Amino acid sequence: MATSSEADNLLPQNDLEVAEELKGEEEKIYVAPPWRLMWWRFRRHRMAVVSAVVLAVFYFVAIFCEFVAPYNPEQFFIKYKMAPPTRIHLRDAEGKWHLPFVYRIERSRDEQTMRSLFVEDTSTRYPLRFFVRGDEYKLLGLFKTNIHLFGLTVSRDEQGIFLLGADRMGRDLFSRLCYGARLSLSIGLVGVFLSLILGVILGGLSGYYGGTLDVIIQRVIELIRTIPSIPLWMALSAALPPDWPVVRVYFGITVILSLIGWTWMARVVRGRFLALREEDFVLAARLVGSSEMRIILRHMVPSFLSYIIASLTIAIPNMILGETGLSFIGLGLRPPAISWGVLLQEAQNVRSLALCPWVLTPALAVIIAVLAFNFVGDGLRDAADPYAR
Amino acid sequence: MLGYVLRRVTIMIPTLLIISIISFVIIQLPPGDYLTSYAAQLRTMGDIVQQEEIDALRQRYGLGQPVYVQYFKWISGIILRGDWGQSMEWQKPVRDLIWERLALTMVLSGVSILVSWFIAIPIGVYSATHQYSIPDYILSIISFVGVGTPGFMLALVIMYVAMTAFGLNVGGLFSQEYLAAPWSWAKVVDMLKHLWIPVLIIALGSTAGSIRTTRANLLDELNKPYVETARAKGLPEGRLVWKYPVRVALNPFFSTVGWSLANLISGETLVSVVLSLQTIGPMMLRALTSQDMYLAGSFLLLLSTMTVLGTLISDILLAWVDPRIRMEA
Repeated sequence: MATSSEADNLLPQNDLEVAEELKGEEEKIYVAPPWRLMWWRFRRHRMAVVSAVVLAVFYFVAIFCEFVAPYNPEQFFIKYKMAPPTRIHLRDAEGKWHLPFVYRIERSRDEQTMRSLFVEDTSTRYPLRFFVRGDEYKLLGLFKTNIHLFGLTVSRDEQGIFLLGADRMGRDLFSRLCYGARLSLSIGLVGVFLSLILGVILGGLSGYYGGTLDVIIQRVIELIRTIPSIPLWMALSAALPPDWPVVRVYFGITVILSLIGWTWMARVVRGRFLALREEDFVLAARLVGSSEMRIILRHMVPSFLSYIIASLTIAIPNMILGETGLSFIGLGLRPPAISWGVLLQEAQNVRSLALCPWVLTPALAVIIAVLAFNFVGDGLRDAADPYAR
Repeated sequence: MLGYVLRRVTIMIPTLLIISIISFVIIQLPPGDYLTSYAAQLRTMGDIVQQEEIDALRQRYGLGQPVYVQYFKWISGIILRGDWGQSMEWQKPVRDLIWERLALTMVLSGVSILVSWFIAIPIGVYSATHQYSIPDYILSIISFVGVGTPGFMLALVIMYVAMTAFGLNVGGLFSQEYLAAPWSWAKVVDMLKHLWIPVLIIALGSTAGSIRTTRANLLDELNKPYVETARAKGLPEGRLVWKYPVRVALNPFFSTVGWSLANLISGETLVSVVLSLQTIGPMMLRALTSQDMYLAGSFLLLLSTMTVLGTLISDILLAWVDPRIRMEA
């Protein structure tokens, strides 16, 4: 309590006079525009900043997955079925240092169990290079190129590099993970965008007009939240026709996910509307004769935009998890679509999991993405109202 | 109090009505009518299809009549006669299949929610009273990871670890010999032995969330003047925290028990699929993939009804504890 009354005393009586008196840091805070205050606050939340960087990397991979992935995700390497992650060395067997390289991998078969064994042949080294030429692809669907972020300089029939190992069919898991990021990470954004539209319209109506409309919308929200989401999602996505093409299934799933997602958004928007409705500046705008539309768009939306962005960020992980869960049990996206959930189907069988535990890495990617979104959302929520306290 | 309960029950009825409509719509979603596929399935299995039987079923479900008639026949069958329809895949009435599964789901969810509170509340209180201490940081990180890790992935990891490190198969709720056995005391004991792994996995997700909520709510309360007053009067710290601010901090927590129940059941569905538990999740998944819609729809209806009832009970308990709620609603 004491601190806030001190702050009251410090409030400028006459802005110009006080701004002159204040030096350095304090002056900067008084004259800074709101977005800069938000940035300063956000920067104080260290985990949020780190997570924002992580997300930037993830989305870079998702956008440029053809470039980051060394191979085509559907490319089979018959020699390397269930091969473990390729080890990258800096020191060779004699203890000499080199630039990063991999050894030649020899495959043999265990006589008893008939399982493949992969042994490094330390006599042959293949250097690992950046920006190597490989399969041709179209960057962003526009420019034809064949440069990949990293890879080996030899042909893939001679030796391949599998950062995260290969799956049962001998496909490079790292490449598949990169391509999976595209669907898994974008489904969150598209789904949140759809729920934002529904949420803002319904939440806005509910909060701005109040009364019976408010009661009805609130009852609907409570009703939707009462139904356990995953069983409902399961039932709805099971109804998507099995012969639909990938793109249509993708949009079907996002629509299904946002059918529940909008309720959270609507609650936030309604809460802000209720709070802002009573503000003096809204009353002032109304008194000078602004239209309802202008009051909402020009005066109210800017002051709760930051809240919406923060809650959007927190809503994305739910969408990602929803897609992953549905695809995992086979009701969401289906192969040939590649998403993290689809990749996790490989991990469904505990025996194949015991043989190649690296098929679980998509789960790690999901967890990191979800955590990063949570932290960034946390940071944004703290920063959303830079004038609080 | 009685008035309050009555009001809550009357609000509940339209909710249940709409939930039943949603479930019915889902039953109707797959193309084609149920009896045609039922008859086709019987034929592929080599059974002789009795036309009279088909006609009787057609009459029973009002197929070919307007949708609202079908809905009315379906829902009145459930309410008046306890007839949930016919499961295509199992060739049995749905009612013979659901109750045991529902009971196990309820046991699992109920125990999980209690376990998660039992773990979360003390940890949340500790975190809040020792804010910014090293244990607080560690606990916060763990609970953040817990929020981010979906239960079914955790289940996969635990199965993997149990398999490779201990050679154990942690799936299922019963040992082989009790799987098909009728219920007995020995079977219950056997179930309890298997129950703790799924319970811990399911509880973990909501535990992490509850720790965050408890901590945040309690932090708000601890700065209030009444806490200061109690401290100034010389109340021992432990009693002070547990007796006043904790009780206030937990209030919003219990009032959303309905939603946490819904979330828990959601998470439980996937975990059960991974661990192949004998609960609703795996059976519903199977029913959905084989388009056994009466079974799937019944499950959705039952699960939603369960959360509605859970919310009702928690509302009543809350009103009983806190007179302010009784007055305003």
